[in-house]
Amino acid sequence: MESEEKLFSFDDQLSAIVKQSHHFIPRGNGRCYGDASLAEQTINTLKYDKILSFDAVNGIFECQSGLMLDQVLEVIVPKGWFLPVTPGTKFITVGGAVGSDVHGKNHHVDGTFSNHIIDMDVMLASGEVITCSPERYTDLFEATCGGMGLTGLVTRVKFRLKKIETSYIKQKQIKAANLEEIIRLFDEYKHYTYSVAWIDCLKKGKNFGRSILILGEHAKVDELPEKKKKDPLKLPSRKQITFPFNLPSWVLNSFTVKLFNFLYYGKNLKREINNIVSYEPFFYPLDAILHWNRGYGKKGFVQYQFVLPLEAKQGLIEILNRISDRGLGSFLAVLKIFGKQDSLISFPSEGYTLALDFPVRKGLFEFLDELDQVVLQYGGRLYMSKDARMKPEVLQAGYPRLEVFKSIVKKYNPDYKIRSVQSDRLLLTK
Amino acid sequence: MPTALILGAASDMAVAIAKKFASQGYAVQLAARNAHRLQPLLSDIAIRYNVAATVHEFDARQFASHPQFFDTLPALPDVTICVFGYLGDQATASADWKECAQIIETNYTGAVSILNVISNKYAARKSGTIVGISSVAGERGRQSNYIYGSAKAGFTAYLSGLRNSMYHKGVHVVTVQPGFVYTKMTEHLQLPALLTAKPEAVAKAVYKAVVKKKNVIYVKWFWRWIMFIIKCIPEFIFKKMKL
Repeated sequence: MESEEKLFSFDDQLSAIVKQSHHFIPRGNGRCYGDASLAEQTINTLKYDKILSFDAVNGIFECQSGLMLDQVLEVIVPKGWFLPVTPGTKFITVGGAVGSDVHGKNHHVDGTFSNHIIDMDVMLASGEVITCSPERYTDLFEATCGGMGLTGLVTRVKFRLKKIETSYIKQKQIKAANLEEIIRLFDEYKHYTYSVAWIDCLKKGKNFGRSILILGEHAKVDELPEKKKKDPLKLPSRKQITFPFNLPSWVLNSFTVKLFNFLYYGKNLKREINNIVSYEPFFYPLDAILHWNRGYGKKGFVQYQFVLPLEAKQGLIEILNRISDRGLGSFLAVLKIFGKQDSLISFPSEGYTLALDFPVRKGLFEFLDELDQVVLQYGGRLYMSKDARMKPEVLQAGYPRLEVFKSIVKKYNPDYKIRSVQSDRLLLTK
Repeated sequence: MPTALILGAASDMAVAIAKKFASQGYAVQLAARNAHRLQPLLSDIAIRYNVAATVHEFDARQFASHPQFFDTLPALPDVTICVFGYLGDQATASADWKECAQIIETNYTGAVSILNVISNKYAARKSGTIVGISSVAGERGRQSNYIYGSAKAGFTAYLSGLRNSMYHKGVHVVTVQPGFVYTKMTEHLQLPALLTAKPEAVAKAVYKAVVKKKNVIYVKWFWRWIMFIIKCIPEFIFKKMKL
């Protein structure tokens, strides 16, 4: 589709654009996997990226919404602070982190990004700017966190940071032979701040669900090797390689994925590995490869992420079975256990979450519709930031407070001037 | 701590240049119209680079205000970078004197006015660097933007003469010919990616030119050759072309 994109650097430019637009959706760095920030008109925040204040004593950071997380890290890490919550890429804007209410490997300990917001400004469809927080304009605040930009354009965010002694992570990796074991390990190590597992979706039989659990804690200075102690808050070097062209789509097939999984699982020779790594490879392994999506070929891929309640382990087994039967699994299947969360529209809720990439193939969309039914049957739901294809009924069934969310959107965006291809598809703005 | 003055600090190119100099330890003075809009940039630079940053009200077309503007700066800047410019619209400008005057006064008269003030101060002090952001549009008039082009041509000639004059007084002058750059000014144009620089690339080139005392720089090297070829086309052919 074609889209007209408007950029701005100053507040007065933004309000002029908002007032002139018939309809629009706010857009940051465009890293949502689906159509959440697509519309005929988009307002791009990337040039609205100034740091407004940084209290390095108390760890409070305030910026305009177009600032990307990599820039935040460059400023705060040398001063002994870290993002309270970070997703698996640092190339997203702070505004996007609010709109998707992103989570990270520490969800079970620290919740989502919005749990750390002190207050923020939102420009409504009318051009009016409202400051909201958990105490002020609570409805606007709740519906903006995870609300996919539908309440307004976030302009300013003030949030709390996490104190660190070093820029390194004390990492522990444990191999699990099957699904039972990985779930037991998650429970055993739930006191770890960061935990996530890579899972092999194609393996059957006694090794069904074999995984590598990856755990981490921010390393303390005295845990570092002597060489690194001299500069404990050193920023990682910025090395990036570029994926130069689209791989032909046939390259990814069940054989190559099985081979990759075999090598990935096999590379850890010992059952348990403990080491000290920079935060970069721990949190952002894919950021090192620019345009990594080209590996999926011109047809691309879709992401699929769902969460199931803790008691629905059977659902997880059923979905993994269906994926391995189809042979449609992806390189990057990521399993995590979410902690408790009680938000209006944010995705996380207590239970198992699994994120998968599926290369686009004939029959994929029908297959995903089938998976949706299993997810709903077990009381789960899907993540809107990764969605490009779910039906409105699936959203409706997964989010019990959807009607409340819709009524708040209607209150602050009464003519649905702010709308995306996704919000129209999901009947949030119709 | 050395100080850099950025004239016309609200543009994308100016923001990139201010950040580059700040990242190299320069205190920056940001001058523009509606200077209050630059408060976020001010905090951003001060926090990122831990340097002193100030904002100052400056209007290139208020010629009479220029001496006082410069005298009231908190410190005499070591480097002055003249970034402001106005592309305007050729069709409007050829019919409407108001638009035409704005193009000429911003790109030429205003620049000459403020740089006269500054170069006199630098000459008296016997040190300083002046950078003027001109344009390849000034190298040969073309039907699509010859009012902007002629104003920039005047500015380029001014910088050349100023460099000659200031050389004997220990002051260096750099002329920058950026070529196409992705900025607010060119947002509505379809630019060929290969020929177009990012503002950050311009900033890097400007900083390097100041350090190495370059005279005339093109941000992407082939622009020098593109313009050489364009200048070589005989006039009887050139006048028939649609450029």
